[in-house]
Amino acid sequence: MKTLFDKIWDQHLVEDLGDGVHLLHVDRHLMHELSGQRGQVELKKRGIRIRNPELTIGSMDHVVSTVPGAKGGNFPWADKMIESFRAEGKRTGVKIYDIGEDGQGIVHVVGPELGFTLPGTTLLCGDSHTCTHGALGALAWGIGTSELTHVLATQTIVQQRPKTMRARFEGKPAHAVTAKDLILALIGKIGTAGGVGYAVEYAGEAIRGLEMEGRLTVCNLSIELGAKAGMIAPDEKTFAYLKGRRHAPAGALWEQAVAHWRMLPSDADAKFDKEHVLDCTTLAPQITWGTSPEDVIGVDGRIPGNKPEALAYMGLAEGKPIAGTRVDRVFIGSCTNSRLPDLRAAAGIVRGRKAAKHVKAWVVPGSWRIKQDAEAEGLHEIFLAAGFEWREAGCSMCVGVNGDLVEPQARCVSTSNRNFVGRQGPQARTHLASPATAAAAAIAGEVVDVRSF
Amino acid sequence: MQKFQTLTAVAAPFPQRNVDTDLIIRIERCTGMPKEELGKYAFEMVRFLPGGAENPEFVLNQRRYRGAQILVCGEFFGTGSSREVAVWALASMGIRCVIAPSFGQIFFNNCFQNGLLAIVLPQAAVDALAQEAAAPGAKPFTVDLEAQTINGSVRFDIAPRNRKMLLEGLDEIGLTQAMEPKIAAFQAADRKRRPWIYPS
Ligand code: SF4
Repeated sequence: MKTLFDKIWDQHLVEDLGDGVHLLHVDRHLMHELSGQRGQVELKKRGIRIRNPELTIGSMDHVVSTVPGAKGGNFPWADKMIESFRAEGKRTGVKIYDIGEDGQGIVHVVGPELGFTLPGTTLLCGDSHTCTHGALGALAWGIGTSELTHVLATQTIVQQRPKTMRARFEGKPAHAVTAKDLILALIGKIGTAGGVGYAVEYAGEAIRGLEMEGRLTVCNLSIELGAKAGMIAPDEKTFAYLKGRRHAPAGALWEQAVAHWRMLPSDADAKFDKEHVLDCTTLAPQITWGTSPEDVIGVDGRIPGNKPEALAYMGLAEGKPIAGTRVDRVFIGSCTNSRLPDLRAAAGIVRGRKAAKHVKAWVVPGSWRIKQDAEAEGLHEIFLAAGFEWREAGCSMCVGVNGDLVEPQARCVSTSNRNFVGRQGPQARTHLASPATAAAAAIAGEVVDVRSF
Repeated sequence: MQKFQTLTAVAAPFPQRNVDTDLIIRIERCTGMPKEELGKYAFEMVRFLPGGAENPEFVLNQRRYRGAQILVCGEFFGTGSSREVAVWALASMGIRCVIAPSFGQIFFNNCFQNGLLAIVLPQAAVDALAQEAAAPGAKPFTVDLEAQTINGSVRFDIAPRNRKMLLEGLDEIGLTQAMEPKIAAFQAADRKRRPWIYPS
């Protein structure tokens, strides 16, 4: 009678603190050089040692430069932050995957890639998109600096137990409708506050049909639903994905782990506090038009008029088709859509074509490893031949803290996860979409229905 | 941590929905600036005009709300990024209490880690408070955490643990460290159950 969520939660209970608040064990903790460095400083200031340094790893992603060949930040403060993160890692025994090292990349890309993220674990990181890791059947969510410090000091977290929700994606999506389109459609349907107070389990034919990378994309946007966590039951695809990865168990331990993981999926008669069903058979590729991920329509749709302020910010007019909107920038990257299959999908659109003259298009792989693998397949050549930039791994223009910004009032089709006011730079106008839709926009120079390509 | 017991202060209405932490503080300000200085940059994208002058439309720039310590917010306040800097920025500009129909959950937790009281009330109750705060000649609000009331009459619920932490100014790390034997016992048993979790 238990859900996946219930099983994991209950297996991690250290102490019931009363009133639905529990002290939970934290199996896995990830740090990046922005929030992680701040946590390290707080900890040092208080003279606390890290309780289980072997259960934390770190990577550099937010402030690193993505200029081809770059080895540090774009600013002196960024270099200082990188250096401090690196030095504290050495001092405390936390493994930090450094710039230029196999394992470096966006934390939510490298956690799964390294096999550090495992089914049935609790996994935390001082970053809101930690929900991404739920794709492997982990219970994962983002925390602030104080909680991060608490995790380092005690290897536990104090949490109010959330309610459970299941979102079922029924039917087979049409060609060119990707994981990104599925989750954007759900956010459009139930809103960015639709998941507040819930841990969401994604289920249904369309989810089971996704490879791990697509599942990571779906879970990545759980926070844009307001949910505490998003998760997908582990299955044979999950195990096949993890087998042989650097931090994944091996040998007899692997067998033992898989046996445990097979017990995790929600029981057939498990009850959820809330259910949503989405029919995927009729969905078009999705694109956002406003300043919240819930402001989303099919790419063949017309711009709604219910949020005049958002339209003013975005420089759009009510009632016009979104297709045909002129685009200045295209960003393919971020922890949402920077994995190898994402880059392949984009390259599939770009191959043999050229980006429109007025469009500056970037591809930023999610990790050092992905960059190498993509280059081994020749994907970079496809992008470079089309006039795209091919850059080093990092968060880049998703949030722009490293200086990779969209110019004021420039319009960017982005594969990232947030189209907030100013997210990609002051006055930048962001349209969220899938890698294929973004690539097609770069070629066409405007928002375009990728199904016509 | 600073205790929170009773607060009497100006309340500012800020009914915008989905105010995200990117709006509360820009990511560039999260790169090592001392906590105390962050208040200058809170809401900077809406608080200042492109040239750098104050935006007279922005509520906290209006004379009567300048010293506000209470914000009456719209639905889903503090959504988005996990940056605790957003809470530090609010605290640094003097905000001690935020009231909304719902909050971004990481932001909500971050508030209590920093002595800020985040109160969830039904939309209608929040609307009424926002109206009260916006009325000409509005009086300061009194938030009494001990009694769990606003202005003596509006009752609010709060998780008992959060309430206690604020009332007594407790620090969560210290509280948990006192439970170390339980943590050690959990790990010892778990190493047998799930040995693959613990690299040797
Ligand atoms: S890619 Fe964007 S959303 Fe993901 S961790 Fe980096 S900044 Fe955050």
